[in-house]
Amino acid sequence: MTYLSEGSDWNFELLADYDAAIADLAHNKFGLDTYPNQIEVISSEQMMDAYSSVGMPVGYNHWSFGKQFVEVEGRYRRGQMGLAYEIVINSDPCISYLMEENSITMQALVIAHACYGHNSFFKGNYLFQTWTDASSIIDYLVFARNYIADCEQRHGVTAVEETLDSCHALMNYGVDRYKRPSPISIVEERKRQREREEILQKQVSELWRTFPQLQPAIKTREAPTTFPAEPQENLLYFLEKNAPLLQPWQREIIRIVRKMAQYFYPQRQTKVMNEGWACLWHYTLLNSLYDEGKVTDGFMLEFLQSHSQVIYQPPFDASFYSGMNPYAIGFNMFQDIRRICENPDDEDREWFPEIAGSDWLETVKFAMQSFKDESFIQQFLSPKMIRHFKLFQISDDDRNDYVEVGAIHNEQGYRRVRESLAEQYNLSIQEPNIQIVSANIQGDRALTLRHQRSTGRPLDDNSASEVLRHLHRLWQFDVHLESVENGSVIKRYSIPPAPEANTET
Amino acid sequence: MSYIIDRRLNDKHKSTVNRQRFLRRYRKHIRDAVNDAVNRRSIQDMEQGERISIPQKDLSEPIFHHGQGGQRSIVHPGNREFNQGDRFKRPEGGGGQGSGDGDASDQGEGEDEFAFQIDKQEFLNFLFEDLELPNLVKRHLEGAQVFKTRHGGIVSQGMPAKINIVRSMRQASMRRRALTAATRKRIRDLKNERDALLKEDQSPQRQARLQELEELILKLERRVERIPYLDTLDLRFNHHVKEPVPVSRAVMFCIMDVSGSMNQNMKDLAKRFFLLLYLFLQRNYDQIEVVFIRHHTSAKEVTEEEFFYSRETGGTIVSSALKLTRDIINERYPVDQWNIYAAQASDGDNWNDDSPACAKLIEEELLPKLQYFSYVEVMPRAHQALWDHYQMIMERHPAAFSMAQIDEPGEIYPVFRRLFKKRMEDA
Repeated sequence: MTYLSEGSDWNFELLADYDAAIADLAHNKFGLDTYPNQIEVISSEQMMDAYSSVGMPVGYNHWSFGKQFVEVEGRYRRGQMGLAYEIVINSDPCISYLMEENSITMQALVIAHACYGHNSFFKGNYLFQTWTDASSIIDYLVFARNYIADCEQRHGVTAVEETLDSCHALMNYGVDRYKRPSPISIVEERKRQREREEILQKQVSELWRTFPQLQPAIKTREAPTTFPAEPQENLLYFLEKNAPLLQPWQREIIRIVRKMAQYFYPQRQTKVMNEGWACLWHYTLLNSLYDEGKVTDGFMLEFLQSHSQVIYQPPFDASFYSGMNPYAIGFNMFQDIRRICENPDDEDREWFPEIAGSDWLETVKFAMQSFKDESFIQQFLSPKMIRHFKLFQISDDDRNDYVEVGAIHNEQGYRRVRESLAEQYNLSIQEPNIQIVSANIQGDRALTLRHQRSTGRPLDDNSASEVLRHLHRLWQFDVHLESVENGSVIKRYSIPPAPEANTET
Repeated sequence: MSYIIDRRLNDKHKSTVNRQRFLRRYRKHIRDAVNDAVNRRSIQDMEQGERISIPQKDLSEPIFHHGQGGQRSIVHPGNREFNQGDRFKRPEGGGGQGSGDGDASDQGEGEDEFAFQIDKQEFLNFLFEDLELPNLVKRHLEGAQVFKTRHGGIVSQGMPAKINIVRSMRQASMRRRALTAATRKRIRDLKNERDALLKEDQSPQRQARLQELEELILKLERRVERIPYLDTLDLRFNHHVKEPVPVSRAVMFCIMDVSGSMNQNMKDLAKRFFLLLYLFLQRNYDQIEVVFIRHHTSAKEVTEEEFFYSRETGGTIVSSALKLTRDIINERYPVDQWNIYAAQASDGDNWNDDSPACAKLIEEELLPKLQYFSYVEVMPRAHQALWDHYQMIMERHPAAFSMAQIDEPGEIYPVFRRLFKKRMEDA
C-alpha cells in the first residue's frame, strides 16, 4: 500500500482520493449511512460570510447578520480568532465547506468529520428525521430570501426589518416541541403561501368580528370562553394565526422565522452528540487510514495535534474556561461507550448491564440515533467519565449567601452529577417556560402570557421587557406577562407599562 | 458519492448588504465615534478607517432568559480540592454563572463593547454626512484630460472596418436609380411604341421600325447594366469623435496669518480646519488645487510645508493676502473654469485702518468670483475690527460668506459642520 500523499499541500485530485478512501471505510467497514456529499472549497472571506449567516448558504438580509459579520471579521483580522475549519449544512446532498488555507491533513480531517460524521448524524438521529427535511431546506431558504426581498420592495426595508426584529426576539418560542410538521415541496409552498394569505386574513377577521351578525337566530352572547382553549407554547405560531392587525405579509414573515427556528431546533438539542459523533468518526476513520498504511506519520502527528486541541476541556478555574466543551464531552462519551462494549470492567457491568460486552458499532449507532443531549448524558455518562473530567456539581440557592458543592466524582455523587449535567442540556429547563394563556377577544384584546417558574428562577427583567415590547409590536394591543410560582403571580410585566407603580403583588 | 466543487471564485461579499444594514441601523453611534475620532486624530491620518465601539447593550437582540436567583445547579469540570458539602461565598458577577444559554456566552471577556472597523470611504461618508458645498454648480471642460468617444455621424471617408453597410447600399441604390433614370424612361417609351406597332397590320415599314426599336432597346438595356452596382463613391463610414468630458474642478485658497501673534497652537487649529475643508472638497470635485497664501504685513504664495511650519514676525495687514488672492485668481484661475473657494484663518489682529479695506476688497472684488469664503478666527478673546467688518459682509451675503470662531481643537469639527451644513433655503 502506498501513501495517498506525502506533502502538506492539497489539490482537487488529492481531495477526491482522500474522500474516496474515507468513504470506502465509512460505508463499507463501519456501515455509516450518509446523504451524498457536496464538498465546496471556499476562501476565508467566504467562510466569514458563511459564518455570519448562521452557516446557511442562502439567507435573507438582516442587520443582525451584518453585525455578526462585522464582529467575525474584526476578530479574525486582529487574530483573536481562527476560523472554523469547516461548516456543514443539514441538507440533501449534505453541503460541507472546506477552507482553502487548510493543509491536506486538515482537509482530510474535515472530510471525515463533516462529510461522514455530521452527515450520518443528520441522516440518522431521530430529532433530525422528525423535525427537519434535508431535501427541501435549500429550496425553502431561497423562497424565504426572495419573499423577504419582495416585501422590502413593497413595504420598505424598515417595516420588514422591524417585523423581523420582533420575530427574532421570539424565535426560541417559535417551535412545536411535540407536533411534527409535514415536509412540503417548494412549488406547493409557494401555492400554499398565497392561499394562506387569503384564508388567514378571513379567519382572523372572523375571530375579531365586532358587529353582530345580520341574520341572527337571536343568539344570546355565549358566556365568554377562554381563548385559546389551551395554553400555547408556540408563541410565533399563535401570533401568525391570531394577531388581529397584522398584514398578510407580516404573517408570512413570522412563518418564515418560525420555520427557521424549527429547522435549527434539533441542532440546539444535540450539540454534544453531534460534535461528539463527528469527532468519534474523524478519529476512527483517520486512524483506520493510518492502520491501512495510507497516510504518513507526519500526517498523523498533525492530525492528532489539532484533534487534541479540539477536544480539550479546560478546568473550571482556567482563565479561558467557558463551560463544558461539547466536543470534549461528546467525543469522550462515544469513545467510552466503545470501551464499555469492548473491554468492560465490573463497574461498567454494574452500571451498563445492557451494553457491556455488546457490539460497539451497533451500540454507538443506537446511541446516535435515539437520543438527544439530555437523554444521552442521562443514559451513557459513566462514572469513569465523571472521574475523567473530575466533574462536580454546585448548588446555588439565592436564599443562602453561599454556594455549596452538591456532589463530586465519588460513589455518592455520580448520579447527582450525571442528572445535573443532563439537565444543563435540557432546553425546556434552560429556557424559561413561557406560554400564552389568554387573549381577551371579547374585551380589550389584551394578550396574557404566563412564565412558570421552576426552582424559583426569575426572568431577566430587562430582556423580558424588551422581548415583550417586540411581542406588543406584533400583537398591537396590551401584552401582559405573569411570572408564576406555585400558582401565585410573583411578578407582572406589562406593555404598555401598567399606570400604577405597584406591579408587584 | 461526493461532488467536490471549487467555489473560491464565487462572490465573496455576500454579507455586504447585511453589513450596510448594520451600519445604517447604528449610524448615530458611528457618527458619534467619527466625531470623536476627528478631534483626537492628528490630521495626517484623517484619511483612514476608524475603529468604532458601540456599547453591547445597545446592540442586543433580546430573548427571554433567566435572571440571577432561584435554585440552580451547575456542573463544572476540573475539580481539585472540593468535597461534597463544601461551602463558599458566591463568586461575584460572572465567573461560572453564565449558563450555556445567555446571548454571548462563548465570547469570553470584554463583552461590554462591540468594536469593529469601518474603512476610509465609510469614515469620510460619516464625517461629511449632511454637509454640502455651497454653490457647487460650475462644471468646466478641462483640456486634455478625459475623453469620451461619441458617435459623430456618417462620413464618406474612413477605414474599411467602419463601413456602414446599410448606408452604403442605400447610397449605391440611389446612385443607380439616378444615373439610369433617363435611359430607363427611353426604354419604357420605346417598348410602348413597339407594343403599339405590334398591334398594327403587317407592313415592311413596320418591320423595319420594329427591328430598329428592338436593337435600340437592347442597346439601352446594356447601358443600364453597365452602371456599377456598388461604386467607391457609395461607400459610407461611421464616424466617431472624441469629446472631452466635463470635469468639475476646484481651487482652494488657504489664507493664514503668520504674524508674531499667531502661535503654533493657533496654527494647528487653522491647519485642522484647512485639512477638513480639503478632504471635503476632494469628495465633491474630481480635481482640486490648493493655493497657500500666508501673510504678515505682506503676503506670499508658499508651499504647504512653509505654510504650516515656518514662522515670521511682524505686524499684520490682511488686505495684502486678499490682494494676492485676487491677483492669482485673475492670473491663473479664470472664473468660468474653476470653482473657487477661500478659507481664511487669523487671530483677528489687523491694522485698524486696513479692516475696512479688507471688507471692501472681499465684497467688491473677491465674492463675485468665489463660490464661498469662510473665515475662522482662532483666538479666544474679544473680537477686533476685522471681525466686525466681516460680520457686515456676512449679513449682506449669507450664501457666499461665513465666519466662525474656534477656541480649541474640539470645536473645529462642530464649527466646520455649521459652516457647511446643508442649506435648505439655497435649494
